[in-house]
Amino acid sequence: MDTTVAQIVFYVFAAITVISAALVVLSRSLIYSAFSLLFTFFGVAGLYVFLGADFLAATQMVIYVGGILVLLLFGVMLTHKLYNLDLKTQTFQFVPGLLAAAAVFVTLLLVIGRTRWAGGQPRALNPTTAQIGELFMKDYILPFEVASVFLLVALIGAAMIVRKKSR
Amino acid sequence: MIGLTHYLVISAALFSLGILGVLTRKNAVNVLMGIELILNSANINLVAFSKFASADLQGQIFAIFIIVIAAAEVAVALAIVLSMYKLVKSVNLDEADTLKG
Repeated sequence: MDTTVAQIVFYVFAAITVISAALVVLSRSLIYSAFSLLFTFFGVAGLYVFLGADFLAATQMVIYVGGILVLLLFGVMLTHKLYNLDLKTQTFQFVPGLLAAAAVFVTLLLVIGRTRWAGGQPRALNPTTAQIGELFMKDYILPFEVASVFLLVALIGAAMIVRKKSR
Repeated sequence: MIGLTHYLVISAALFSLGILGVLTRKNAVNVLMGIELILNSANINLVAFSKFASADLQGQIFAIFIIVIAAAEVAVALAIVLSMYKLVKSVNLDEADTLKG
């Protein structure tokens, strides 16, 4: 009983993810694209929950939905006239792009279908936050610190790029 | 039962849609959205492999680093888009053709 319910919920999340991702790419309006991206991130967070990655799902919601999406919306608003509410975007070279994307998709499907994946037993569902924190503080302490410096450099660089020139 | 291939197929679909967005949209912010889709598909793959094919949490750690890099990437890219808007008065990528011979 549990498995069928879980399967239905999984397919709902998968459908949310893929359909809203298609809307992001195909929608004519920039604002619709941005809000479809919200649902894509939400669906991916749901998939993380299915994969037993509870900390990662929360991180996805906080950083992508709370940070990156808001940043993208600011990007939309700062680069368009706000009174012009139908923010249309055009596409170019649509047919070659569609062919290339379809070719990539078919190739990936063939690879996925033909590979014999190592059939491990899926890990049991356990809270992962404490383990991830421990790994960051023990095994991955150097990448962790490098990532913090990297973020600082990126943010200072971004501020420098858009700064008004004095003089 | 939901297996590894289900997640891989979803991830492949997200990746292809992201490629489509990057290749066909004119608006630079929309291209950035396509890149976010691609990064998300890579993350799904990493977490799925971490659950089905390994004993530890390395895949999730890697996914967290990718999220960090995506945050930095979108900040810098939006800064570049904003200065491009100041320069060309447009965010359409086909109008930024100063270097075109």
